[in-house]
Amino acid sequence: MLSVLALTSVVLLSLASQITAIVVYTSWEKHALVGSDVRLSCSFFSWHWTSPDVTFSWQYRPDGAKEGISIFHYGGGVAYVDNKGPFRDRLEFVGNPSRRDGSILIKELDFSDNGTFTCDAKNPPDIVGHSSSVRLLVFEKVPVQAGVVTGAIIGVVLGLLILIVAIYYLMRFLVARRVFSLSMSKHGKKGKGKEGTQQKQALAVADPVKLKAAASEKKKQESRREKK
Amino acid sequence: MLAILVATIVLHLTDLTILFISTCANAWRTHGESSYDLWYDCTQSNGGYRCLWTSDADWLQAVQALMVLATIFCLLSFIIFLCQLFTLVKGGRFFFTAVFQVLASLFVMSGAIIYTVMSPEWKKESDVYGYAFVLAWLAFPLTLISGIIYIVLRKKK
Repeated sequence: MLSVLALTSVVLLSLASQITAIVVYTSWEKHALVGSDVRLSCSFFSWHWTSPDVTFSWQYRPDGAKEGISIFHYGGGVAYVDNKGPFRDRLEFVGNPSRRDGSILIKELDFSDNGTFTCDAKNPPDIVGHSSSVRLLVFEKVPVQAGVVTGAIIGVVLGLLILIVAIYYLMRFLVARRVFSLSMSKHGKKGKGKEGTQQKQALAVADPVKLKAAASEKKKQESRREKK
Repeated sequence: MLAILVATIVLHLTDLTILFISTCANAWRTHGESSYDLWYDCTQSNGGYRCLWTSDADWLQAVQALMVLATIFCLLSFIIFLCQLFTLVKGGRFFFTAVFQVLASLFVMSGAIIYTVMSPEWKKESDVYGYAFVLAWLAFPLTLISGIIYIVLRKKK
């Protein structure tokens, strides 16, 4: 029984490695600034162990061009970098093939570097599979202000809104409390509670003019509520 | 009475939808099949793409902010309208709702005006205004009318 299971699993694995191909992974898009460096990463998934004959190759196709040129190749343990094309002296291999990493570093970018970079990895005997492309976009300026103005305007307006609403409710609360303290003082002489004495002390400071103002405010509040 | 209420709600929801589409779709300008503006602008030049961040244009960021604020205020006014529908005194006017809706219409107007004034220097001759731009200009009178309706409307029964 066990031997049958082992046999079927081995057969399935071998079949699977024949059915599933090598899968290459790169980024979708890379954004970089003029004059800066950019690292284009490339990795792959394969059912086989990483072979010593693993190969990575990078191709570059400028925007608007129909065909691409080869700019990088790693094979037989040696990395071959572009020494004639548009990337001579600017290309560096920063990957680790034994860890399935075939990344390259492009230095001192220019607008002419805009284009599509295609990575193709082969892991013998797993050689059938699609390659993967990463799009490079080179920007002019450092986006220091990107979105700052937008966020600032939105934040200020919403903050003002919240502030106005808070002040409105605070005013209503204060006025209501003053009215409450007013009515408490009338009943405070009858009941001898701690709160009554506290309210008396609070009122002792207030002028009779302020009391009249509070009373008129209360009337205004009531009329406003009626209007609503 | 119910018909007026339903019509008002439908108008408000239409405003909200138009504002959302106008703010989120990246189609204030179109050039053939590609559409630009309000959020990013990639143009082709000398065999390569040149993508400009909106940091190059402060007014474009202001338009972004105003459109977002208009959408937020329209949404807030709808929520406040639903609240006031149940809590308002009989015979009262939907004052808060109207304030927010009118503010939303002012923000949309400012955003659309700023974009209209500044974009001819910005765009190429072959560019055409896109549907999001048209929707923004359409949203302004609709929100204003909606706000005025809320000022006039009274809670009866």
